[in-house]
Amino acid sequence: MTPHFIPYLLTMSVVTYLVRAVPFVAFRKKVNNRFFRSFLYYIPYTVLAAMTFPAILYATSSCIPAIAGTAVALVLAYRGRGLVTVSLSACGTALVVEFLRTLIL
Amino acid sequence: MNHRNDFAEGIRNGIPIALGYFFVSFAFGITGSGFGLRWWETVLISMLNLTSAGQFAGVKVIAAMGGYTELALTQLVINLRYSLMGISLSQNTDESFGTAGRAALGFGITDEIYAVAVNRETPVTKLYFLGLMTLPYIGWSGGTLAGAIFGNVVPAMLSEAMGLALYGMFIAIVVPKAKESRSTLLIVLLSIAISCAIYYIPVLSKHISVGFAVILCAILASIAGAILFPIADEGEEAKS
Repeated sequence: MTPHFIPYLLTMSVVTYLVRAVPFVAFRKKVNNRFFRSFLYYIPYTVLAAMTFPAILYATSSCIPAIAGTAVALVLAYRGRGLVTVSLSACGTALVVEFLRTLIL
Repeated sequence: MNHRNDFAEGIRNGIPIALGYFFVSFAFGITGSGFGLRWWETVLISMLNLTSAGQFAGVKVIAAMGGYTELALTQLVINLRYSLMGISLSQNTDESFGTAGRAALGFGITDEIYAVAVNRETPVTKLYFLGLMTLPYIGWSGGTLAGAIFGNVVPAMLSEAMGLALYGMFIAIVVPKAKESRSTLLIVLLSIAISCAIYYIPVLSKHISVGFAVILCAILASIAGAILFPIADEGEEAKS
């Protein structure tokens, strides 16, 4: 078993649950503070962007398949494709490129 | 109002989300095993958290034996968007949602479930929301189980490529928004710039852990966004 797994698990789960449930239970009317509303508006996108870059470039052991997968994901997402399509295509591209790379090198 | 129809409609609307979740959580299961977690540990994380970005960052903190404060703060900031979604969803729920219903079903607020629920034309009922979250929950937990167990027998080349699955999903969420709103694009680029600075500048990467890096980027960039491009009205951002 991973050291301290249960306390870690509980910490994660309780915080995640409270973050979801408390505002949903407590706030039943509109938030009026403009700064706070704007801050909250940007949070999902800044979080996901910071998690993705630059980490995605190092998701495979060599950079090339990851960069190819990222490029395909960006283009497909720009064209408005759904979550599953974009995600699968990124993986598929990385797989094909990595396979070709091992054939060539 | 026919309650059984509400539940059935929720179940139907949840099918595509569940399929997507199965695939992405399969990748999460592999990631968990890759970080040395037991299969049941990875599955428990999915069953009790139901959140891609938070779990992904959380597993990294756990594997690095990070502090509880760091873990808690990471989850708080990464999942802060669910608070906003909960507040926003509140505007579109009917009176069937009592305090107990909100407390129980609030667990099911995710990016995709929220997006479907908030776009429903009629107010969201308790049964509709329960139906909507059921299959995605099963898909998320089941996919994690499959990934954690079969991830070891999947060829290394394939499991490495699947490491892009979560990032691909993030890109699919961020890019359409950045395309439609210039201010969002600029703030997203700022967040990426800070993230790269922390990653590539040795002094910073040595002292700032992975979890705190995400927190810093998100908070700094979002504050800049709130100051430079405050949103105009509910759900509509200022044009720049």
